[in-house]
Amino acid sequence: MIWNTLLLALRAIRRNLLRSFLTILGIVIGVAAVITMVTLGDGATKAVSDQIASLGTNLLTVRPGQRLAGFGFLGAPAFKLDDADALRAQISGIRVVAPTVNRSVTVVSGANNWATSITGSSLDYFSAGNWKLAGGRYFNESEEHAGKAVCVIGDTIRRELFGSQNPVGGEIRVKQFSCEVIGLLAAKGQSAMGTDQDDTIVMPLRTVQRRLTGNTDVRALMVSVRDEVSTDKVKKQIEQLMRERRRLTESEDNNFTVFDTRQIAETLTGTIKVMTMLLGAVAAVSLLVGGIGIMNIMLVSVTERTREIGIRLAIGALEREVLLQFLIESVVLSAFGGLVGITVAVAASAGLAYLMQVPFLFNPGINLLAFLFAAAIGVIFGFFPARRAAHLNPIDALRHE
Amino acid sequence: MNESAQPEPLIRLAAITKSYGQGAAAFQALRGVDLEIAAGEFVAIMGPSGSGKSTVMNILGCLDTPTAGSYRYDGVQVEKLSRNQRALLRRNYLGFVFQGFNLLARTTALENVELPLLYRGEPAAARHAASREALRAVGLKGWEHHTPGELSGGQQQRVAIARAIVTHPTVLLADEPTGNLDTRTSHEIMELITRLNRDRGITVLMVTHEHDIAACAQRTVHFKDGRVERDTANAGSAR
Repeated sequence: MIWNTLLLALRAIRRNLLRSFLTILGIVIGVAAVITMVTLGDGATKAVSDQIASLGTNLLTVRPGQRLAGFGFLGAPAFKLDDADALRAQISGIRVVAPTVNRSVTVVSGANNWATSITGSSLDYFSAGNWKLAGGRYFNESEEHAGKAVCVIGDTIRRELFGSQNPVGGEIRVKQFSCEVIGLLAAKGQSAMGTDQDDTIVMPLRTVQRRLTGNTDVRALMVSVRDEVSTDKVKKQIEQLMRERRRLTESEDNNFTVFDTRQIAETLTGTIKVMTMLLGAVAAVSLLVGGIGIMNIMLVSVTERTREIGIRLAIGALEREVLLQFLIESVVLSAFGGLVGITVAVAASAGLAYLMQVPFLFNPGINLLAFLFAAAIGVIFGFFPARRAAHLNPIDALRHE
Repeated sequence: MNESAQPEPLIRLAAITKSYGQGAAAFQALRGVDLEIAAGEFVAIMGPSGSGKSTVMNILGCLDTPTAGSYRYDGVQVEKLSRNQRALLRRNYLGFVFQGFNLLARTTALENVELPLLYRGEPAAARHAASREALRAVGLKGWEHHTPGELSGGQQQRVAIARAIVTHPTVLLADEPTGNLDTRTSHEIMELITRLNRDRGITVLMVTHEHDIAACAQRTVHFKDGRVERDTANAGSAR
């Protein structure tokens, strides 16, 4: 009996190709939209958290001036090297402190030149910023102390100045001095803010101070906090210590700012999550619209189907046989639509993830959820009008207008 | 069952009533119908619109249930049967032909005819053979793969008759089978029905409002106001 009923259901699908197609289409669009949106959102969240992780976790950056743009920044005195020593010595939760200065310059190697930013810092900079070497070495303590003209370059600098050649051992010209490339940093890619992290050159702090800035100022202190210590606590300790060192009275505001990378990261990930939810909501609406489409098609065909059910009952079909047929019909259509929808969604989100340069993460939960929802809509609106019709007296079903 | 001198008729309606609606608005379609039909009979049911002839037909065919009264089919008390048992009665013993044909749209003649056999769970080969044979019997050999939309009204009614007889029913119930057909086609369909009654011994109950169509039957039952008004044998019947 089940085979004959399956045959009847498949025949009914074939007989109404347009209706079957529209039903499937509604499910496909709904399922594909939800899955694609959520998958891309997941990918974007992953991309952002990866980038944040590459910045170095538990990282605090201390800069002179207030965060408020245009106020206090100019008047705020820079740090000196002993500020870094004081932080290192007096706050126990700190792992490393890297004092840094920055200078925008044009660097030249052979016939190539490139406008970039040079960072002067200590060896701790690499550990604080979570940098890895792709080749060569970091500068050593004696080079640091002597202010030697050596540098470690980012992957973008290698590409722009050296192309496919090995940069380690090569030379770059920075203004009036030339500098030996001793190391190449492993690529990190874009930062969460969209800047190229690999577009960087790192030299010993003293080298930059002597040859480029001409003073002993330190523009920023990068503070890496021990894993087990709360960054908030260290941040407060830094603020207190710096206030003392900069001799600020009770009534004065900080003339420096402590940025917490993780806070920025959390804000950004939070934003992306909200975006994903928003996209998911939009997609859920399209699933709903798809569902309403299915509902319309099913309800419009109810008259024809009711008469069809009347005919089937009149020639001796049992109520449960008619119901089984309609159930099979709607399950087949919904499941087929759902599977096509998942296929379309996986293809679309893999393609879009590639274009948007975010990782493609297959999310089984949302696939299952969208599939079940679509299937439920298909079955409910396909099956329940049929159930009502199959329960009528055959003659009433036959006469249905 | 057959204690009386007369054998039990195939169908016996006793005091059948049918009303629609409730209370003051209730409409009495049947007001106590008594009717006996013997196996192998060809009975025409006539009457003006609203006389209850179609209602009695639907009750006889188990498509509808009476409000009160007794319906015995071949010794079985039909009003005591469940929905499913009535469906099985239709499936195994009754065949229907409707005024509006009631074929499945966009479905070939062959598939329409084999539908009742599908519900009877017959294997594919037997189904196909029986359906082709039924179509041949109604003169539609070669039209098996045409859908109702590609067939004339007369041909569609022939497909419907083939569907009704493919299960070898005991009773064929025809509700104005020629109502949608022109005179010439009507006579062809009536010839076919008469032949089925004569050659296969199928009991035929036919509702019509045309006297020349009713004249094909052996007996005519006239309805009026929900009751049997007259029950006459047709002297000049085709038999």
